[in-house]
Amino acid sequence: MLDAKIPSGNLDNKWTDYKGHCKLVNPANKRKLEVIVVGTGLAGASAAASLGELGYKVKVFCFQDSPRRAHSIAAQGGINAAKNYQNDGDSVFRLFYDTIKGGDYRAREANVHRLAEVSVNIIDQCVAQGVPFAREYGGLLSNRSFGGTQVQRTFYAAGQTGQQLLIGAYQALERQVALGNVTQYARHEMLEIVMVDGKARGIIARNLVSGQLERHFGHAVLLCSGGYGNVFYLSTNAMGSNVTAAWKAHKQGAYFANPCFTQIHPTCIPVSGDHQSKLTLMSESLRNDGRIWVPKKQGDNRKPNEIPEEERDYYLERRYPAFGNLVPRDVASRAAKERCDAGYGVGSSKQAVYLDYAAAIERYGRTEITKQGRDLASVSKEEIIALGKDVVKEKYGNLFDMYEKITGENPYEVPMRIYPAVHYTMGGLWVDYELMTTVKGLYALGEANFSDHGANRLGASALMQGLADGYFVIPYTIGNYLADEIYNKPISTEHEAFAAAEKAVADRLKTLINIKGNTSVETFHKRLGKIIWDKCGMARNEEGLKQAIADVQQLKKEFWSDVKIPGAIDEFNPELDKAGRVADFIELGELMCKDALNRNESCGGHFREESQTEDGEALRHDDQYMYVAAWEYAGDSNWNLHKEELKYEVIKPSQRNYK
Amino acid sequence: MEHYNMNLNLKVWRQKNSKTNGEFKMYRVENISSEMSFLEMFDVLNEQLIAAGDEPIAFDHDCREGICGMCSMYINGKPHGPWQANTTCQLHMRAFKDGDTIVVEPWRANAFPVIKDLVVDRSAFDRIIQAGGYVSVNTGNAVDGNAIPINKDNADAAFAAAMCIGCGACVAACKNSSAMLFLSAKVSHLALLPQGEPERHSRVLNMVAQMDKEGFGACTNTGACEATCPKEISISNIARLNQEYLSASLVAEK
Repeated sequence: MLDAKIPSGNLDNKWTDYKGHCKLVNPANKRKLEVIVVGTGLAGASAAASLGELGYKVKVFCFQDSPRRAHSIAAQGGINAAKNYQNDGDSVFRLFYDTIKGGDYRAREANVHRLAEVSVNIIDQCVAQGVPFAREYGGLLSNRSFGGTQVQRTFYAAGQTGQQLLIGAYQALERQVALGNVTQYARHEMLEIVMVDGKARGIIARNLVSGQLERHFGHAVLLCSGGYGNVFYLSTNAMGSNVTAAWKAHKQGAYFANPCFTQIHPTCIPVSGDHQSKLTLMSESLRNDGRIWVPKKQGDNRKPNEIPEEERDYYLERRYPAFGNLVPRDVASRAAKERCDAGYGVGSSKQAVYLDYAAAIERYGRTEITKQGRDLASVSKEEIIALGKDVVKEKYGNLFDMYEKITGENPYEVPMRIYPAVHYTMGGLWVDYELMTTVKGLYALGEANFSDHGANRLGASALMQGLADGYFVIPYTIGNYLADEIYNKPISTEHEAFAAAEKAVADRLKTLINIKGNTSVETFHKRLGKIIWDKCGMARNEEGLKQAIADVQQLKKEFWSDVKIPGAIDEFNPELDKAGRVADFIELGELMCKDALNRNESCGGHFREESQTEDGEALRHDDQYMYVAAWEYAGDSNWNLHKEELKYEVIKPSQRNYK
Repeated sequence: MEHYNMNLNLKVWRQKNSKTNGEFKMYRVENISSEMSFLEMFDVLNEQLIAAGDEPIAFDHDCREGICGMCSMYINGKPHGPWQANTTCQLHMRAFKDGDTIVVEPWRANAFPVIKDLVVDRSAFDRIIQAGGYVSVNTGNAVDGNAIPINKDNADAAFAAAMCIGCGACVAACKNSSAMLFLSAKVSHLALLPQGEPERHSRVLNMVAQMDKEGFGACTNTGACEATCPKEISISNIARLNQEYLSASLVAEK
């Protein structure tokens, strides 16, 4: 059994007690301690900035051309915090409870409670940085509701919350760069962890412009490298989002936890053809006001506006009257798949459902008329709709514009077509309460770790977790480790461990580029994506997963004998970068299927067809699977399973019910 | 919307690295669907080049949903191509028709040197932010988020400026390669909020000094930046920047 080092005592006091008793590093010693941060999204940028402010010597790496491009920037809807500004019954406990329940009782209580506690500090910090959150006319912060909750606790900046939060963290980071506390390495990719005497002591990074390998020492290494959704090829992740940093760590001894817990987001723009390179999310916040439906008749080819109200099936409102369109993501996604598989899908592919704003536009229009003090009876329907459109435009304008650009259809006039797509990965590197992996001195923050979202993440919780880890958790927990490191001088990068690690990376790059086969990296990635999506996607079963493992192993063989990479190693070569990432995705894909096969229950985003209730809802088996599956790498296609038992001391797990 | 397929000629800037000279090369792609994005059309071209044993065209891209600011193609004489308020990654092929010839170049500005093909170095923007594009508040220093009410109009205006994605299209569009729209967006964002007030003067002076040092040109109010900005950042921000700069200079001289 794995020990998560959860502090003893009452859940409410664990974090406070921990902070009161953890070791501290004095300011003079902080200057002698070096920390490496890989990734500059919300977790990485906030960690690097905060550690720089504390006085540590920080090096921060990103593969993009600037830290500001990290994919946190694309998060749309918002960030949760238990501020209870709306006086609607929210509290730290409620946020904690909703997150545990939303995660289908597969997250660690102590971590989630800490997350809920620090959520309130995040909002304060971001406001202080000048993050322009949406505000009411009185000048105070505005909130909205999000899937899986019944209170309004989501703070937002139109549909660009992630962008605004990341710019805030990026600016804090650049300030530390200017002050000389942080050194920034853009267009660099981490390709190996350097281990000395059983501790992480640095990284090998490749300068993506020159192709040169570089050695960097650190007393500790923080991986803030995001999730692995691109294992599916098509996802809402950025093109460059990858698992490589986490995977290298995994191969150096960091356990990989719950890899099969992947989130399929219900509201994305459907695939339009084989050329598709990525999928685009339409924020979940659209489910606040939009209504989701399909025709009641199978294969109905009429245009949406020609289908009368009584012939529409608002299936979420029908199946889940209590939460309606606001059920959690996993539930909404499966319900859409169920309707499409049963032949009720819409659009040319029939793999889509409608997200309709007509009712919301009219409702908002009426409110506007009332606000103007006019009599509704004297106003034309056209005017009501025009005013309603303005309100919707203010709330969701950028999302509607994006939809129109991609599809060529005007969502103010016709319902949007949406379909689920891979969006987030709850699994990741196993970490203890202090966010340390099973490798000493190696930490994982944000989406790269597994700890807070269980088997399903609630909307507006990813931004919260990334910033919680970076701003408010790691600055304390890293001190508890580094306090004992003050006796250790920086290790020279001439040390044999650095030389050996660099040689291993160089050899692998040479092997890759010298395969000189016939098939492009992209082709392999697409094939991998298809295997994983078909067999380890929204629904999984034993037979399919066994087949998928065999298919992925075969694909791996072909990749290493037939991949074609143009260009050279010592130059700017995006195909080579991509090849390394796809090679790692292939190995991860196999582990995902293995994990999914092991977990013969349905929970959250992991739906095993063998384990469902009579009406098709997910069925957990707490007696057998109330644990975190943490996989230890044991050589080619080989893993050992370690379990961390999940103990629920405060919340009593029950079968989730959103009816 | 009717979908269609098209054959296209592409005239693309190829340059091995920052030290060599570049040149235009012609390529042909066939059966391109009007539903593809512009970058997906480039994916098709690159797969074609790889299959033929040629080097694919290097171009920057990441999120492909118009928000990260990484993509940067100069298409038919316009940064990010023909559509208004749009990034290259969100440009779709229905903007073109069968038989078109499309010219694609990198951003052209001295302060943005070419790295390879269509990829340029925009680290100058990071250095401008480092010069003062932030509020100096350490983690943990903050008061309650609702302690300071902010007038909604100011908050909205700050947000409108903060929407800048740092892509550099404003510089590429400007005949002077001026970075004034980028800089003014950040200065406005922070000057409009009470949190930005304490460093208001030093911020604008330091950021302008860094912009000049990076080799960006001066602003002559042609408005090309605003017309091309994918996030429609208003040129009125430049007016605010000038105002901020002037008042800061007066204070600094006393």
